[in-house]
Amino acid sequence: MGLSFDLLINALIAGVLLGGFYTAVTIGVSISFGILDIVNIAHPAFIILGSYIAYILNINFGIDPILISGVMLPVFYLLGAGIYQIYYEAFERYGQESLRGLSFFFGLLFVTEVMLILVFGVDYRYVEAPYIGPSWRIGMMDFPLRMLVPCVTALALFVALQLFLSHTFIGRAISAVAQDQLALRLMAASPTRIKRIAFGISIATTAVAGALLIIIQPVEPSVGRDYIGRVFAICVLGGLGSLPGTVIGAMLLGVIESFTATFYGPSWAPAVAFGVLLLTLAFRPAGLLGR
Amino acid sequence: MRNFVFLLVCVAVAIVVFFAARMLRNDYIFFAGYTVLQFIVLATAWNILGGYTGYVNFGSAAFFAMGAYATVFLHKLYPQPIPVLIVIGGIVSGIVGFGMGYLTLRLRGAFFAIATLALAVVLQTFVVNWDYVGGSRGAYIIRPNENVLVGPYIQYLFVLMLVLVVIALVCARVIERSQLGYGFATIRDDELAAEACGVPTLRLKLVATTLSGALMGMAGAPFPYYIGYLQPSSAFGLEYAVNSIAMPMIGGTTSWVGPLIGAILLGSLQQIATVTISSAVNLLIVGLLLVGFVIIAPNGIVGLVQDRLRLRAK
Amino acid sequence: MALLEVTGLSKRFGGFVALEGIDLAVLEGERVGLIGPNGSGKSTLVNCICGTLTNETGSVHFDGQPMDGLLTHERTRRGVARSFQLPRPFVTLTVADNLRVPLLYTVNARAGSSLKSADIHARCAELLQLVGLAEKAAKLPRDLTQVEMRKLELARAMAAEPKLLIADESMAGLSQSEVDDIVALLIRLNERGITIVLIEHIMRAVMRFSQRLVVLVSGRKIADGLPDAVIRDAEVEKAYLGQ
Repeated sequence: MGLSFDLLINALIAGVLLGGFYTAVTIGVSISFGILDIVNIAHPAFIILGSYIAYILNINFGIDPILISGVMLPVFYLLGAGIYQIYYEAFERYGQESLRGLSFFFGLLFVTEVMLILVFGVDYRYVEAPYIGPSWRIGMMDFPLRMLVPCVTALALFVALQLFLSHTFIGRAISAVAQDQLALRLMAASPTRIKRIAFGISIATTAVAGALLIIIQPVEPSVGRDYIGRVFAICVLGGLGSLPGTVIGAMLLGVIESFTATFYGPSWAPAVAFGVLLLTLAFRPAGLLGR
Repeated sequence: MRNFVFLLVCVAVAIVVFFAARMLRNDYIFFAGYTVLQFIVLATAWNILGGYTGYVNFGSAAFFAMGAYATVFLHKLYPQPIPVLIVIGGIVSGIVGFGMGYLTLRLRGAFFAIATLALAVVLQTFVVNWDYVGGSRGAYIIRPNENVLVGPYIQYLFVLMLVLVVIALVCARVIERSQLGYGFATIRDDELAAEACGVPTLRLKLVATTLSGALMGMAGAPFPYYIGYLQPSSAFGLEYAVNSIAMPMIGGTTSWVGPLIGAILLGSLQQIATVTISSAVNLLIVGLLLVGFVIIAPNGIVGLVQDRLRLRAK
Repeated sequence: MALLEVTGLSKRFGGFVALEGIDLAVLEGERVGLIGPNGSGKSTLVNCICGTLTNETGSVHFDGQPMDGLLTHERTRRGVARSFQLPRPFVTLTVADNLRVPLLYTVNARAGSSLKSADIHARCAELLQLVGLAEKAAKLPRDLTQVEMRKLELARAMAAEPKLLIADESMAGLSQSEVDDIVALLIRLNERGITIVLIEHIMRAVMRFSQRLVVLVSGRKIADGLPDAVIRDAEVEKAYLGQ
């Protein structure tokens, strides 16, 4: 009895911490898909890219991965802005986003994964940091630091973005661009420019998410694919366009996955996210907090 | 050219191809050719839902693999001749296509695309955990040496795949020129306006999804016999998803010719590249070509040729 | 009995009330004009009548039968056709094929698929002639001028051989003579027996066309009667002056 309660509570904690991390992974898609309506299924590929960059700099120079991600934020932002520009010129302008836009991002996802395989091979890579290894113990509750630090960082990222979206001019313009392009134009803000900034931010978050990922688990190029389902499952579950919804969805998925892994074994884990996604799409596509 | 005549032409070409391959006296032609033929079927099947109707399917591997695993299951339970397996594979994948379509086609195209990705992973996880068909360890299928009618077994498989190619191409062309084809095109162009014109969009989308899935399942059914050892990672491999999208997009999505050209070109390119360079580089080339064509030549090779002809006519 | 009967229809988007308690009856053979400022809910009303949107309260009856819960294509088959405010042609189909779609999927469907292709071809040709697009039959929509696109949009709605045609702002941006052209076309159609609801901003067209005028402001109907009387109504004046 005591044993399984211990198992239960630690599965719950692991789930919540995992959920926090999943927030970082998904928050970019909440912006690109939830607000801009761009289905960027290559999002996990950028996360993996972020992981590998963190890996190189950490292994060669010993810099802390989270610090690396902070430095990489502007780089990834520019990458995102550039990609949006191509996407806009080639597809959005002509209203052909659906078939061609999806194929474009799918191609990007694929090309990124294959290039990483060619450069780094398929071995698992990991980083080193003082908080990978130790855990805090409080009674029977176990808080592995390698999960806790990413969780806290992710939630900090969420708070920062939420504040940005609600308290700055550009942030509010981004929230508005989904709803009223005309009003935006009247406010002398170009919708294209706003969307470019938003997409840039969306990709910038992957720099952070990537660093957090490689702290939590060893990474190899195909890991990104597991995250496609998670990312969209969380977005849809939480409700498109709602950042707080993303946090709730992420926590829920984290806990469900944690319990599944603990009681049914890890080989069922990939099905959980995708299964949740299919069920949500089938029965409640607006999500929990969606617009 | 009427559809029946087209069918006869296809059968004639298929017969020529088979006997030409026989004359080269090299089994490798049949092994490589089988893969290219398989891609023609997959690309054509994908295009019915993607190119004609405008709904992107990222989970082609799932439908392909379902056909393959239906074969493995039956092989262990109650072996059947391959033509029967092909029909069963088609039925299984058709049902999966219908079911998934029913759940998600009421939503926007983007959600459908994501759902197809989800489907592929969910099905793969189920198969990995299903020991009867080998689970993650895989399943061995002993291939008979000879077939009574054709000779070496690989040639038999080649003939079967040729038959599937003919079926797929004729299906695509018949649809293109029929009322159904108009319906699909209106869904692709403007679903809302299509509904307003009386097109029962959900019903047609379900037809497209079921048909596309069924054809892919039929292509997958002989695969275990071809490869001898089937693992989930190879049956559900991402290269199926990428190729079934890249081949029609590069060849051209508006007609049956596009997937055919795309599959032959890319399929052959990949066979050569895998042998001379490496399989990872070959996949990279496919990915880059996909991205390049999608941006620069959205109507594919067929589109480029049509533009050329139109310019010359002026 | 009214051909179209809308009773107590309301539609909201989250917290925003787009339509509130709309009652509207259109008699067979009538020419009704529907006007109102931008954002007053005119297109939302059309979308609810046609099934593109689902109303929260109220009901829509057509030809004596309830239409609630029916999908858009089913309503079109029952006889309600609409044109879109911003033309939405099928861009990869020729002009003629654009008209073929409703002929195949609505008219032929209603006839139990008994129409021969020669018959469909003839109806298509007749429509093209009627709207003046016969020479452009083999062209793609992108090769048409603005006016021609709007004519195609109307023709496509007419190709469904409806009992009720709802024309949603078909004349924005057209010159005066082009507007007169379309009004004449609509009146000709009406003389063939098609009931028409015209949604427009161009008062000249509306006054010339309508036998009855309905005014929508902020989701509510504020006037419904003879055009001359409605135009002079104090509330209507205020609503328009105030915008």
